[in-house]
Amino acid sequence: MTDLRRRDILRTAAMGTALAVAAGAGLLQPRRVLAAWPAKVFDAKDRDSAVKALFGTSTVHSSDKISFNASPQAEDGSSVPVSVTSNIPGTDAIAVLVHENIRPMTAWLKIGEASPYFRLGIKMAKSSKVEFVVRAGGKLYSASTTIKVTAGGCGG
Amino acid sequence: MAARKMKIRARVQDRGGVEVLVLVRHPMETGLRKDKETKKTIPAHFIQAMKVEHNGRLVAEAELGIAVAANPIMGFGLKDAKAGDKLRVSWQDNRGESGAMEHAISLD
Repeated sequence: MTDLRRRDILRTAAMGTALAVAAGAGLLQPRRVLAAWPAKVFDAKDRDSAVKALFGTSTVHSSDKISFNASPQAEDGSSVPVSVTSNIPGTDAIAVLVHENIRPMTAWLKIGEASPYFRLGIKMAKSSKVEFVVRAGGKLYSASTTIKVTAGGCGG
Repeated sequence: MAARKMKIRARVQDRGGVEVLVLVRHPMETGLRKDKETKKTIPAHFIQAMKVEHNGRLVAEAELGIAVAANPIMGFGLKDAKAGDKLRVSWQDNRGESGAMEHAISLD
């Protein structure tokens, strides 16, 4: 083929590749692209709304069968490690809420055959109650702790 | 674009369970911060979902928001798991970026 035609084809192929790479890198997607991600749950501005948006009710029963590891004091609010284990039979979800954050719902775990255990680092804007809400057998259970933050970690 | 660094550690523990730790190098940008120089808001960029598969079965799935720490280390637990079992952890963020890694459970 002629040089000119070959260049056209190569240019088109390169653009196609560039588009594919850009798409793969997420550069072409709108900001909040995952249709399945529950924005209503994560954008809720108070604890009750967040729990209700996720689980359908904000009523929880306190439980001593939820154990957790969380230091009562955090030097750096930008990364506070917490872990939680539910010993309630039939646990199928664990949610972590930071009451004083603008949007309390931090993360939640849908549990199939995994153990009812969840560990993560959380950002805390300031000292706050941190609550673990467990769903088991269709009911909600909860345990909380207060973590004092010396240097808050959400803002720039 | 290079894949984000990911690490998985999964060891059989004394008590018989397996803790799976997953690290992803990800900014987990909240969308609430302003660039100090340009004064413009830095757009949100955070992992929204992470899935854990054990021997090909989806056993847990986490949904994350902006308040999960940057470069998150996420921990999961497995029951009935043994050395040599296959794990696959995958994640997706709010901009459509994704990553995945396979790992075999090791003896402690």
